[in-house]
Amino acid sequence: MSPERIVIDPITRIEGHLRIELETEGGKISRAWACSTQFRGIEKILQGHDPRDAWAITQRICGVCTGIHAIASVRAVEDALKYPVPKAAELIRNLVTGIGTVQDHVIHFYHLHALDWVDVTSALKADPEKTARLAASISTWPNNSASRFREVQQKVGTSIAGGQLSIFTNGYWGHPAYRLPPEANLMAVSHYLEALEWQRDIIKLQTIFGGKNPHPNFLVGGMACAINMDNQLTINEVSLQQIEGMLRRARRFVEEVYYPDLMAIAGFYKEYADIGISSPTLMAVGESGYSCSGTPSESGAGVLVDGAYDRVVPFDHLKIAEYITSAWYSYPDGDKAGRHPWQGETNPRYSGPTPPYKQLSDGQKYTWSKAPRYDGRPVQVGPNARLMVAFARNHQPTVALVSKALQTLGLKKEQLNSTLGRTLCRCLETVQVAGHLEQWFAGLREAINQGDTKTFNPGKWDPGTWPRSAQGVGFAEAARGTLSHWVQIENGRISRYECIVPSTWNSSGRDQDGKQGPYEEALAGSGNHPLLDPKRPLEVLRTIHSFDPCISCAVHLFDATGCLLKEVKGV
Amino acid sequence: MLPTPFDPWTKDETFTEYLVRQGLSRRQFLKFCGKVALLLGGGALLSSHDKKAFAKEIAERLNSAKRPTVVWLQLQECTGCLESALRSGDRTLEDLVLSIISLDYNELLMAPSGDQANAALEKASAGPHLLVVNGSIPTKEKGAYCVIGGESAEGLLIKASRSATAVVAIGACAHYGCIQAAAPNPTGAVGVSSIVRDRPVINLSGCPPIGEVITATLLYYVIYGHAPHVDQDGRPLFAYGQRIHDKCPRRAHYDAGQFVLQFDDENARKGYCLYKVGCKGPATFAPCAIMEWNQGCSFPIKSGHPCLGCTERHFFDRMTPFYRRLPGLEVPGTGVELTTNQIGGLAVAASVAGVAVHSAATVIRRQQTHKGRPPRPSPLPFWETKRPESRQIKRNQSRPDPACHHETS
Repeated sequence: MSPERIVIDPITRIEGHLRIELETEGGKISRAWACSTQFRGIEKILQGHDPRDAWAITQRICGVCTGIHAIASVRAVEDALKYPVPKAAELIRNLVTGIGTVQDHVIHFYHLHALDWVDVTSALKADPEKTARLAASISTWPNNSASRFREVQQKVGTSIAGGQLSIFTNGYWGHPAYRLPPEANLMAVSHYLEALEWQRDIIKLQTIFGGKNPHPNFLVGGMACAINMDNQLTINEVSLQQIEGMLRRARRFVEEVYYPDLMAIAGFYKEYADIGISSPTLMAVGESGYSCSGTPSESGAGVLVDGAYDRVVPFDHLKIAEYITSAWYSYPDGDKAGRHPWQGETNPRYSGPTPPYKQLSDGQKYTWSKAPRYDGRPVQVGPNARLMVAFARNHQPTVALVSKALQTLGLKKEQLNSTLGRTLCRCLETVQVAGHLEQWFAGLREAINQGDTKTFNPGKWDPGTWPRSAQGVGFAEAARGTLSHWVQIENGRISRYECIVPSTWNSSGRDQDGKQGPYEEALAGSGNHPLLDPKRPLEVLRTIHSFDPCISCAVHLFDATGCLLKEVKGV
Repeated sequence: MLPTPFDPWTKDETFTEYLVRQGLSRRQFLKFCGKVALLLGGGALLSSHDKKAFAKEIAERLNSAKRPTVVWLQLQECTGCLESALRSGDRTLEDLVLSIISLDYNELLMAPSGDQANAALEKASAGPHLLVVNGSIPTKEKGAYCVIGGESAEGLLIKASRSATAVVAIGACAHYGCIQAAAPNPTGAVGVSSIVRDRPVINLSGCPPIGEVITATLLYYVIYGHAPHVDQDGRPLFAYGQRIHDKCPRRAHYDAGQFVLQFDDENARKGYCLYKVGCKGPATFAPCAIMEWNQGCSFPIKSGHPCLGCTERHFFDRMTPFYRRLPGLEVPGTGVELTTNQIGGLAVAASVAGVAVHSAATVIRRQQTHKGRPPRPSPLPFWETKRPESRQIKRNQSRPDPACHHETS
């Protein structure tokens, strides 16, 4: 009989459903289990569909990282069909996924993560004048006025005073782990609200090119938005100027609000650069928003192995294997086997307790998340992995950006593998991508100026031009880390489909060797992770949120066994 | 003038008192009501006389409304619907959450986790509240495919719906299961109305629905105490009363027989109709062409991509292959309405007498006086002279071969 465990379920302010079970000793976490408690079965549904439809289906894996699954899917199909894409379409895709990353990172920080560091009730005690002076000392953002801060304070104050706390009901207000002075709290709460307005504006870029957000439209072979500067219903000067404005506002908010806020808040929580140290192997296939068909470019992809943060090992997808030791699936060759995505299999076999249940970690299997491993190692993916790989490559813009931040906070590079490090890297990367967006846009303008307005290649659209069977892979760097989609096509239809998703890497459970997944390692790996009050597990939320979990993404299903089609018509 | 979002509506005052405290004059107040009426009327459905009457009614209702408790469950889903709600621009979600409603439980936005989150859910569920649901309910494996706080999605939904005065199912997953319920439906996913059977469920269909549709429906409920009038599938008429095709900016090209034959061809660059590259607009009841997405910025067809039909039931089964031309539609020319109504095998959900959703107390009273029908006559879309019969929904289990139906001319 195992001891009574601390259960945190649901972990809120994430995408999807995650449960954490813990044991503590003397206020420190000694053991941890990450349990994904949702399963949807999307890859199985893909079988038999037209591969050109796959993007729309896989996009529904996630409405938060909307877009990046679609692009990975489109890339995988284009890789399988050897289908080149026009330059303007590539630039538009970059813009659509890039703005998604910028918006996603900002929403994560302010709306999903900030309440771990910011005490809303303390903001009510702040002096708006002093808050304005504080804000002016770190940023030139024009909305940082005393009157604005007073309005926000009044709004939140009245809401709470009325006795109906809405989303702030039962928060951990007054917890001793909150460190910010009232003025910093008020500034952050004000920006929480401003960020909501801002994201609504800048994401319209996806709407202009893709028709809607969430879930904008993509297209195998290019993009569906035609460019014609002399038509009303196409991309023309009006839409381009709208986009230009959005990109300017996107960068300005990131540079004048997000970055200074994060640096200011980080200064109060520097001990979290030594808390939440996770798996020392980190992987990336490129910079944020990067996507490719087939093999990732050698100049961007790489792995930092076993804490050797200065040495980049070339990425080799053949070293990826997924394990099901702790997950509710079965393999024909037993629970200890690992399978590469091309041989992947998922047969869900639930062996846990029937809900409602109290505890999951009693059993050997306790999660719907499989355990992907690289060369047998648990791997962290995400902003810190991307920046650390780029740093180790001596990519100059990254080195400059990261070094400056580390110097300001008085941290070392190794400390990027920590709760604070992950949160910091997410912000630094946003600064970087916001800059890239303007470059891509300049490229698009230049292409249009040269008359290169082609957005679609009709060459391989007709299934009659496809080989009888084909397979392809699309890689992408999603907001949360490395994403790959693997497709096999037989007679014009999908015969097998698989995704390995960032949050699967990070949220995985124990593998065949008993090695913990990155969430578990971050909580229980060092033995120094604090948990002051198990009833109010604020510290745990900080560390888990630093990964930006996306559990709907992490848990999915593919099926290699049922790939035969009932009805096969020739192409 | 809308009230400023910086002064929340407190528990013990009516909405009108709240607005007056905001310093609104009577004239401004009526103007606000008029704006709400316009939004809820979808702009197109009401004559100016209706609008005035509607605004007056809103004003009267606001005198008695209280800040309601909302429980917002996220079950088997992708969070896209809540993201869409965050994109709503006029009455924003934060405006609602911090000032108009008290959102006491929602996994994405709420501050606490674990025990405190579950305690908030239990407390809010015990009293009268509005229940909002995103996501489907997996019925296989005794519910183990979606478990929150140790409780199955089905268990949670049943508990949370017991004291709910109304249930709003937001998005295609909550409507009927959407992607999870696509063949072969590995987890046995169903929509909210398959589980909650003892009261009407409002379905905001779409993958996801437009943000403004979500906030307007919630606001409608707050103001009137019951849901807007709906079609036979439980979808509010203010949003789902008309086909996209009927209000499409490319419609003139359809009527003129001018079609895009291939993406980015000469005709695509002229903004011609997307029907022949697979547009499902003629079979899709949705507000996209009227409201447009992301505060009127654009919508899929306007941006050059065919409509996927995401507000129709089982669109991943029945609207795929997405780039195949809709079958059975005669084009172009006269008799368009007739032919679009005759599309076989596709759900052309027709508007019928609405299912009224009231607070628990008013349900009984209204049923006595109106025999289950809403107090106001359900506004018929103006183009309907009689209500077409619903069609049997057949799910397309064996998918057609894309190669056979591929069409470029």
